[in-house]
Amino acid sequence: MIEAIELRRTYRTTTGVIRRRPLEVEAVRGITFGVEQGELFGLLGPNGAGKTTTIKMLITLLLPTAGSARVLGLDVVDDAREIRKRIGYVFGGDRGLYERLSALDNLRYFAELYGVSGKAQRRRIDEVLELVGLTGREQERVEGYSRGMRQRLHIARGILHDPEVVFLDEPTIGVDPVGARELRQTISDLVAAGKTVLLTTHYMFEADSLCDRIAVIAKGRIVGEGTPTELKAGVHAGRVTEIEAFGVDDAAVTRLKEIDGVTAVNVEERDQKQLLVVQTSGERELTAILLAELDGVEVGRVASREPTLEDAYVALVTAE
Amino acid sequence: MTRGLRVFWTGFVLHFKNLSASPFMMTTAAIWPLVYATLAFLMFRATHQAPSLLYAALGAAVMGIWSTTATSAGGAIQQQRWYGILEILVAAPTRLILVLAPITVAIAGIGIYSVCSTLLWGRLLFGVPLHVSHPLLFAVAIPAAVLSIGLLGLVLASTFVVYRSAQHLSQALEYPIWTITGMLIPLSLLPGWITPVAWALAPTWGMRAVRHAALGGDVGVPLLACLGLSAAYTLLAMLLLHHFERLARERATLSLT
Repeated sequence: MIEAIELRRTYRTTTGVIRRRPLEVEAVRGITFGVEQGELFGLLGPNGAGKTTTIKMLITLLLPTAGSARVLGLDVVDDAREIRKRIGYVFGGDRGLYERLSALDNLRYFAELYGVSGKAQRRRIDEVLELVGLTGREQERVEGYSRGMRQRLHIARGILHDPEVVFLDEPTIGVDPVGARELRQTISDLVAAGKTVLLTTHYMFEADSLCDRIAVIAKGRIVGEGTPTELKAGVHAGRVTEIEAFGVDDAAVTRLKEIDGVTAVNVEERDQKQLLVVQTSGERELTAILLAELDGVEVGRVASREPTLEDAYVALVTAE
Repeated sequence: MTRGLRVFWTGFVLHFKNLSASPFMMTTAAIWPLVYATLAFLMFRATHQAPSLLYAALGAAVMGIWSTTATSAGGAIQQQRWYGILEILVAAPTRLILVLAPITVAIAGIGIYSVCSTLLWGRLLFGVPLHVSHPLLFAVAIPAAVLSIGLLGLVLASTFVVYRSAQHLSQALEYPIWTITGMLIPLSLLPGWITPVAWALAPTWGMRAVRHAALGGDVGVPLLACLGLSAAYTLLAMLLLHHFERLARERATLSLT
């Protein structure tokens, strides 16, 4: 359904105020992946990794600088209009709707733009409102909607024309936990209805719970691909030790990284304290050695656990 | 109704409604032309150069339509970009002209408020007689003038899809277009070399059709010229948009970042 081969995208811009110099930014550096029919495929990566640029090339809003991509067997450069008829695109955030108008006005307009015939429009709008749980609120102006409601309206807009493939670009960003859970249910419903979905997100648990397969993208390259279970297993046969500490300096972190069996050390700043997430390979118990290297540092809670997808993700992204 | 006309009409109604819900837009559309009208009435009353005060009133009203279009058409495309809607509009399988033309024509349509407020202002403050020679033709000429201005706005707006700062260009054209199209000053008072330029501008003929319908004179020729040139603008905008859409996909200018 979706196929990207050595896809690249470079942005050309300028830098400097008086003497402007050309600047090239490589956002996507030759990525290759495929998505099967009915699959929910996740593109996981940090900000600026190239997720949105990849989606924009696939939905024909950006031309690739090199490589090729096909959606539903159609070329994203030459068959743009045909692809647009058969795909849906939803992005996260507050924007993308006519705020001063009602949800119904918005949906009617986009139904017209997506070629939903006059007779089918009312029925289809009712169906999508029901699917996203906005039935009864459609006459209200969008400016009065909560972020979660707007996001559900975005999804309704994106699937009005019953597309075969749906692209969801960080659809739960900024949505409260209850709203995000409802959105994830809506996304699951889309897949259950037979849609092929490409989802970008940086929420690990979201990717873990929703996606059939995931590609981890960092600095414009795919650094890992597989099912959530494969990714977790592929990165670790070991364990994760979390150490709460106060005032850890770079030298101490370097010492931890040099310990035999330590594969990665990630430092998360949490107010006055830091959380050291240490990934180790094999089954060897390293807690005592780790604490010895932190001699002189005030240490709080220490815990050891199984690796999660987030650990796999951090290991892949930081290894780049 | 064919699909194209239905898309245009639905888009026009939506954008007209959206713009009418903006207090800023409505205040500007209703009050701005009153300044032009007051200046025009005082000028013409002092010099007795124009056939009537109604001549000045209609000119000021159409100036209001053009001003709204020149300043807002580019702003509207930029606004779609700010709201994150431009990308969604371009990602739709509908031709871009059917997406953008309703926006610029709706903006020009907001100018109808200018016509009403200007004529009312003239009547109440300056005693302008509102007798119209051919009411039916006047009712046709006004929407034709609005359409021609909206489509001229579309030709300019097509550049905004790819050039984010292009709205300054259309704002710079606000005064020259008033002058060249005879909205404020009769064309006969301008240098001869300007006449061919004026004839190539649909609003010149739209203005003439409105004035002839109100004050007497041939309406058919200016009306047909106005509609013919408007059709030519549509074709030109189609070609430009086809080119600019590809350029925008290449240069990544559809979004803000």
